[in-house]
Amino acid sequence: MNSSVNIMIVGVGGQGTLLASRILGNVLVKEGHDVKVSEVHGMSQRGGSVVTYVKYGEKVYSPIIGEGEADIILAFEQLEAYRALPYLKKDGTMITATQCIDPMPVIIGAASYPEQLCEKIAAKANLITCDALAMAKEAGTDKAANVVLIGILAKRTDIPHDTWVEVLKTTVPPKFLDVNLRAFEMGYTYSM
Amino acid sequence: MIGNAAVARGAYEAGVRVTASYPGTPSTEITEVMATYPADEVYVEWAPNEKVACEVAIGASIAGARALTCCKHVGLNVMADPLFTASYTGVGGGMVVAVADDPGMHSSQNEQDSRHYAEAAKLPMLEPSDSEECLSFTRLAFTLSEEYDTPVLLRLSTRVSHSQSLVETAERENVPLKEYNKNISKYVMMPAQAKGRHVVVEERMRALTALAEVMLEINCVTRSSQTVNGKKIGVITNGITDMYAHEALGDRVSYFKLGMVYPLPVERLKFFASACDEVYVIEELDPVIENHCRAIGIPVHGKECFTMLGEYTPAMIAAAILGEAPAEHAVIDPIPMRPPVMCTGCPHRATYYVLKKLGLTVSGDIGCYTLGALAPLASVDTTVCMGASVSAALGMAKARGNDFAKKLVSVIGDSTFMHSGITGLVDIVYNKGINTVIILDNSITGMTGHQDNPTTGKTIRGEATKEVDLEALCHAVGIDWVKVADPFDLKNFEAVVREACALEAPAVVIAQRPCALLKTVKYTGHCIISDKCKTCGMCMKLGCPAISKKEDGTVVIDQNQCNGCGLCVGVCPFHAIEKVED
Repeated sequence: MNSSVNIMIVGVGGQGTLLASRILGNVLVKEGHDVKVSEVHGMSQRGGSVVTYVKYGEKVYSPIIGEGEADIILAFEQLEAYRALPYLKKDGTMITATQCIDPMPVIIGAASYPEQLCEKIAAKANLITCDALAMAKEAGTDKAANVVLIGILAKRTDIPHDTWVEVLKTTVPPKFLDVNLRAFEMGYTYSM
Repeated sequence: MIGNAAVARGAYEAGVRVTASYPGTPSTEITEVMATYPADEVYVEWAPNEKVACEVAIGASIAGARALTCCKHVGLNVMADPLFTASYTGVGGGMVVAVADDPGMHSSQNEQDSRHYAEAAKLPMLEPSDSEECLSFTRLAFTLSEEYDTPVLLRLSTRVSHSQSLVETAERENVPLKEYNKNISKYVMMPAQAKGRHVVVEERMRALTALAEVMLEINCVTRSSQTVNGKKIGVITNGITDMYAHEALGDRVSYFKLGMVYPLPVERLKFFASACDEVYVIEELDPVIENHCRAIGIPVHGKECFTMLGEYTPAMIAAAILGEAPAEHAVIDPIPMRPPVMCTGCPHRATYYVLKKLGLTVSGDIGCYTLGALAPLASVDTTVCMGASVSAALGMAKARGNDFAKKLVSVIGDSTFMHSGITGLVDIVYNKGINTVIILDNSITGMTGHQDNPTTGKTIRGEATKEVDLEALCHAVGIDWVKVADPFDLKNFEAVVREACALEAPAVVIAQRPCALLKTVKYTGHCIISDKCKTCGMCMKLGCPAISKKEDGTVVIDQNQCNGCGLCVGVCPFHAIEKVED
C-alpha cells in the first residue's frame, strides 16, 4: 500500500531539526510531490528526543512513519540515531552526525551513554557518519550543523541541487544565508 | 501548511472578526497565525484563560461578528461553563470553538476525548483529517453555526494540528456584521428564558441529526468490491484514523469517514453496515462511535481490537484487520531515555535547587517548570491542572495543619498565575491560610513557545499595553508579605523563601528572571571547570544538560551546550567553576 518515500529526522530538542524538516518539506512541494510533514511541538522542544516524519509521493495518506518503513533517517545525534534504527527499512540509509549529547539519566549517573553506537548501526544499515558540528563551524557557525546534514541528504535524493539552494534562499533568514549555503555545499560534496 | 495554520486560514477566509484564545499545545499556532492577518480585519487576543477567551468570542458573536476561540482538550474544561450555556443562547455571528486533543499525551496531563463535550453540551462537532480539511471544515463550521444558530466545535488532534500538507487557499469572504438587536429571550439565560431555549436546543439536535444523514461531502462513503479472507469489510473512521486506515487497507475495504462526529447519522450507518460482512470502528481514545453503533443495533468490532490508549498507527490497523505482520525492522539494545529537560540558563533550575535544598513539599503547576519533578531536581510533589498549585496547597495545609504549611510551597508561572492562580490566592487570604506561593516570573508563557500574557506588557500583536503588576496585585488581594527575588542569587533567594515559609501569614515570593530563550536575554561566554575540581558532584545537582560526569569521574561542561548563564559558578564549594568570556 505504502508507495511514498519516507524520511525521518531525529535529534535532540534545540538542535534545529524543525528547520531541517521545513527546508526538506519546501523542497518536495517545489518538486510537485504530495507531501506530509509531521512533528510534535511542546514538551519535546525542551531537550528531549524529537522526531519529524517527512513523506512524499503521488499521494500520501498517513503523516507518520512506522517501524521498518523509513527509507532514510537523518540523525543529529548518535543515541537518537540508534533509537530510531528500528524505523529504518531493511536496506535503508542512516545518515548521522557523530555528536553525542548526554541525556539526563546519563548526566545524573543513572545510566551510561552506550558505546560503539555507530558500529551497531553499521551492522544493520547503510551508515553515513559525519562531524556536522565541526563542518558547520568551518562554514562559519555551529548553528548550521542542520544544514550540513541537509546537504548530505540532498545528494542522496533525486532532487536537483538548484532546488535545494532556491529553497534555502527563501527559508533561511537573509543575514545567515551565506553561511548556510556554505554549510549546505560542504554537506552536498561530503563523502566518508 | 500545518493543520493549525489551515484552521486559521479557514477562519480568516470565513470572515472572522474576533479571535480570543489561551495558548495550549497542540492548539497554539491557530491563534498565532490569526495574529498574522491584518489588524483592521481581525481582532486577535491572548486572553488570561480559556473561559475568558470563550466569553469574548460569545460576546463578539452576540454582537454580530463571526468569532473563533481555540484551546487544547483540557482548555475545553476551563471554558465548559460559558460553552454549555452558549449552546442555549445560540449565536449572532457564527461562532466556532477549535479544540485540539492530544492522544499519546505528547504535552498534556491527561488524554481526555473532547467528543464527549459535543454530546454533553449538545453542540455539533466536525473533525478534519488533514490540513486541506482543516481549512474547508472551518469554513463549513461557520456556515453551519449561522444556519443552525449554534456554536460549532471543531475537533483536532496533535497529528492533524501539527502535520503539514498542501492546501488551496481562497480570498477572504466579505461577511458584514449582523445587526445587533436586544433579545432577552435568546440572550438572558434565566430559568424562564432558558426553559424556552432548551426546547430550541432539542429541535436543533433533531435537525442536525437529520443533516448528518445527508451531509455527503463530509460524512462520505467509499465502497470497495474486494474482500479480505472472503469477507466484505467496512471501516468507520474519523479524523486522522481515516488516513491511517487508507494507508493500511487501501481499497480492500469500504470506508465510512465521519467528518461530523456529533451528532452521528443513524440510517446511513445502518445502510453502510448492511452491505458489509464485518464492520470495524477505528477511533482513537474513547469508543464514542462504537457505542453509538451498538446503541442503534449495528454489531461492530471496536475496542476489543484496538486500544483506548495513545495514538494509532497504520501498522496497528493492518495487524487488527488484515492480520498482517509489521514490517521487518532492526531490534535494538535497551538505551537510556531522553526526557525533556529545562534548558541551559533556565531560571526555574535555580528555584528548584533551593527548594530541594530546603526539603520543602512543592505543590506544582502546568508549565516548563513541571519538569522540576524529574531527577535530579525532583522537587515537585503534585501536578494536576492550571492553578491547582495554589488552591491544592491550601487544601494540604488545612488537612495537615500549620506546621506542615510551613514546609510547603506552591510554584506557579506568571501566565498560569494569571490564568487561574489568582483565585486560589484569594482563597488563601480569605480563609486565613498561611501558605507561601512562589510565582515563577520568567516574563513570558514558556512551555507553549513564548506567548505574551497580561504580565508581559505586550499584546499578541506585539503592541505595548499596560502590564499587570504582580506585586501590587498580590498586595491588593490581601497578601501583606510580598518579596521579589532573583533565583540566580541563590543565597538571597534561599533566605527569602525561608523567611516566607516561617511566617504565620500568607506570603508571595516573586522569583523574577526571564526565560533564557527570550531574544532579550543575552548570556555571554562559557563556564569552565578548573583543576580545583574535587568531583564532589554539587554542580551535578543542578541537572544542567551541559554538565556531566565522565566515566573516569571527572566533571566536564559541554561547551556546545553551555550558554554562560553562570548558575553553576555559585554552587561549587571549591570555586572550581569559572566563567570566561569568549
